[in-house]
Amino acid sequence: MGERIIVAGASLGGLRAAEQLRSAGWDGEITVVGEEAHPPYNRPPLSKEVLAAPGTPEEALASLTFRPKRNATGIQWRLGTRITGSNLAAGTLTLEDGEELGFNGLVVATGLRPRRVQAPGPLAGRFILRTLDDALALHAALVPGARVSVIGSGFIGCETAATAASLGCEVTLVEGRTGPMERPLGSALSRGVRALLTGRGIDCRRGVSVIRYRGTESCTGLELSDGTLLHADVVVEAVGSMANTEWLEGNDLDLGDGVECDRHLRVLTAAGQPVPGVVAVGDIARYPDVRNALPARRVEHWATPSDTAKIAAPALVAAINGLPPAEAAAPLPTFWTDIFGTRINGIGSPAHARETRVLEGNPAHPQAGVAMGYYRDNTLIGVVNAGLPASRNLHYRQLVLDAGVLVTT
Amino acid sequence: MAQITVDRKLCDNHGQCAIASPKVFSMNDEGILKYEETFDDALLDEVEEAIDVCPVQAIFVKD
Repeated sequence: MGERIIVAGASLGGLRAAEQLRSAGWDGEITVVGEEAHPPYNRPPLSKEVLAAPGTPEEALASLTFRPKRNATGIQWRLGTRITGSNLAAGTLTLEDGEELGFNGLVVATGLRPRRVQAPGPLAGRFILRTLDDALALHAALVPGARVSVIGSGFIGCETAATAASLGCEVTLVEGRTGPMERPLGSALSRGVRALLTGRGIDCRRGVSVIRYRGTESCTGLELSDGTLLHADVVVEAVGSMANTEWLEGNDLDLGDGVECDRHLRVLTAAGQPVPGVVAVGDIARYPDVRNALPARRVEHWATPSDTAKIAAPALVAAINGLPPAEAAAPLPTFWTDIFGTRINGIGSPAHARETRVLEGNPAHPQAGVAMGYYRDNTLIGVVNAGLPASRNLHYRQLVLDAGVLVTT
Repeated sequence: MAQITVDRKLCDNHGQCAIASPKVFSMNDEGILKYEETFDDALLDEVEEAIDVCPVQAIFVKD
């Protein structure tokens, strides 16, 4: 076998990893193995533009497919191929048809899949939203007048509820334990987002969860923890995600929540030692928060695959060449969402704040322009702004960068 | 000199390009993108970074 790096996963993380391996000087073979049949494509529009008006499946895919970097040459793509197992010590992967692929280096980029609601009742008629195929299937069900229940009020749940309402559906949002986007935004701005949603006719149900689905063959409604019954033609489950780590079992890794890594994105054994020649990229990677000296966590934002690929790829090439990794960058997390035309931008780690202060505007009216500062031990660790021009976002980003403490132990 | 173009139908004024490549991209006070269509080849790496971080993939290199 020649020199080969396998990239497991062919979404944005897999693409960026392959590109960054070339940028890091790897001129051996690169094989990207992906379970979906589609080439890497952009997911944020799936809950917004694509869900609202996808066109034909071919048009939708064409509008979403990433253009690879010009140096990303000689990459072999094995799409529609599921990895079922691995032996990291031996340097082999097993594919679902039994074929074994050997590698010198491995990038773990198999990402997440949606978590499902654990409640009894029929499975048919319950949608999730992660892939293009999911979005196309859900779009077909979002006909005007349809009664739609969205379970879960994170980014995907709120965006999906807003898109369904804009398509003329009657939408109920079952918020769950926390309010709309409350974990990343905090309670004050979460209430403002709820006002945005209810202002456009969405029925927000606070502090309740689904305990049972109704219907015999297909789901026709749901029963909430407060005893309420909701009729539903369409149910969307947006209750978080689980890491696709099953194929890594049996390698003595810590797979408790994604794949545990060090700050160079090198995958660690359960005892905390780097596995030779294995790194992880994207939202499957649980890595230390160097900026805020917080324990390792996964980051499910759009920029994470690109940020982590830039660290992981050079570390992997160095390891294969018997060299130590270069000093790792400390990416500043960022996220955004659009709710009925109001853009919400997050910078840093607002979810880890102990205190929140209003920097400008009023969080009750995010569409009129607001910025909130998120503090930990009096240090600004994040800002969320909404309804403001992008120039203000750049300003607040600089504030977070200037306040940030880098811990480099 | 290298050349780029931004598809204004796609551009959503996120401003990520102005972070990645501030010499080529900037946002005015209304939050609308301004950019240089031609730039020095020395900036090619950071312009490629701007292309990568554009959430709507609206930036194109002209050949």
